[in-house]
Amino acid sequence: MSDLEDLYKEVILDHYRTPRNRAKIEGADVHLHRDNPLCGDEIDLYVDIEDGRVTNVGFEGRGCSISQASVSMMTEKLKGLSIAEAEELANTFKSMMQGEDAKDEDALGDLLALQGVQKYPVRIKCALLGWNTFLEGVKIHNEKHGS
Amino acid sequence: MDAEAIRKDFPVLFQQVNGHPLVYLDNGATAHRPLSVIDEVKRFEEEDNSNVHRSVHTLGQRATVLFEGARTKLAALLGVPETRGLIFTKSATESLNLVAYAWGRHHLTEGDEVLITEMEHHSNIVSWQLACKDTGAVIRAIPVDENGILDLAEYERLLSSRTKVVAVTHVSNVLGTINPIAEMAAKAHEAGAIVVCDGAQAVPHMAVDIPSLGCDFYAGTGHKMCAPTGIGFLWGRESILEAMEPFHGGGDMILDVWIDHSTYNDIPYKFEAGTPPISQAVGLSTAIDYLNNIGWDAIRRHEVEITRYALDRLAALPDITVYGPKDANIKAGLVSFNIGDIHPHDVGTILDGKGVAIRAGHHCAKPLMRKLGVGATNRASFYIYNTHSDVDALVDALESCREMFG
Repeated sequence: MSDLEDLYKEVILDHYRTPRNRAKIEGADVHLHRDNPLCGDEIDLYVDIEDGRVTNVGFEGRGCSISQASVSMMTEKLKGLSIAEAEELANTFKSMMQGEDAKDEDALGDLLALQGVQKYPVRIKCALLGWNTFLEGVKIHNEKHGS
Repeated sequence: MDAEAIRKDFPVLFQQVNGHPLVYLDNGATAHRPLSVIDEVKRFEEEDNSNVHRSVHTLGQRATVLFEGARTKLAALLGVPETRGLIFTKSATESLNLVAYAWGRHHLTEGDEVLITEMEHHSNIVSWQLACKDTGAVIRAIPVDENGILDLAEYERLLSSRTKVVAVTHVSNVLGTINPIAEMAAKAHEAGAIVVCDGAQAVPHMAVDIPSLGCDFYAGTGHKMCAPTGIGFLWGRESILEAMEPFHGGGDMILDVWIDHSTYNDIPYKFEAGTPPISQAVGLSTAIDYLNNIGWDAIRRHEVEITRYALDRLAALPDITVYGPKDANIKAGLVSFNIGDIHPHDVGTILDGKGVAIRAGHHCAKPLMRKLGVGATNRASFYIYNTHSDVDALVDALESCREMFG
């Protein structure tokens, strides 16, 4: 498989064309807007948290297929996880994108499709946009409400 | 001119990228250096390297002669009769910041207006925002119409006695639009404003005669015209420069220094604190020789021709949106476009996989992106060594994008 086909796997193009959970959540516990100043990718991330658990995730945004597919896949993964599990998954994903071998392939599942981005250093931050926004949002939430 | 022959002077172009011959169409970001420039910089480093203006020894004198020779050559290129108004900086960005800082902060006051355009590069926006923040002046922008042309009627409406600066790009780095600087400068002067022109995208591509533009400051850079990175310039009207406060303090910009005060050197040295980019100036001098030798009419004709060919071939693709003027005769050698709703970063990566280098992004012109209603565009920008087959490779690679995202 060529590097390009490795990058643009069908699952990524599918999430890009048909994003999951692409909706604003009114009054969400966490709402954060972040962008990649270099590329212009941007997202608004909405997360509801109840009893230390992610109960709902939604996003709005625009940008390249990698950034938007990654955040779409993330919303599916995070729903139902405890905050601690969600943070762990985010950090596992980040390690994978930064070139470490995928530690927990089961937990990552479809997200492994994004491994091809590793070979494109300038695109890694596209793939991380949603995840970094989530981690930052949780941190702000914890500071406000206590973890 | 023979672009195929010119190509041979640029070693960097002869390489495979991702298994394909490199097709370099990102000249608006930076152009490549011909062998003559690479060789002369190497020769300077090996034989003449020294600091300028202060060393009495032989190497110091040789370096000074070459450095000042570059200034003389640049002055001739830009049609300015004296070198006194020509300041070396590290980039066009630094040049614009110099004006906004050293002129803007001392001449703007609350209620004054700085008139920019919607097509400015961030360097001609943010530098003025910083000056306005410190002085209470406000920024207004001349709108760009749907054809990528400045709305000059609106410009006249915006001009008033409050306008102190008109800061406008000579050529848009996104749209390729060539702005009517002489006409705009005349109107600005009637209103009592000074005119600051960003020539970063103009000087590499067309004969620029600063006196006939009538502006008061003109900024440019070397690396987009075959010189090394790290050297830019600012030309300023001598009477204005002489009355200005310095930009940076340090060596070479002073006449005498006491513990509590200093007197300043003559222009342009008053604005050249510290060791300047010396080998880069030597490279710029050789780059100017190289381009002069090709001839500026020939360069412009070549770019118009290749831009016309690119516009024609792109227009034949389905789902293409081209931004800016569609007539190659009234624009510089670049084309910005989007294909369907494929994000430019995806286009840029897929093209790179085919060896085709373009710029994908907001081009440091976010206000213009908002005006165009897009987050980013693709930009192919041409130079003396680009050929029709480069455009063909671009179009073929764009077909692959459409297949992949189809």
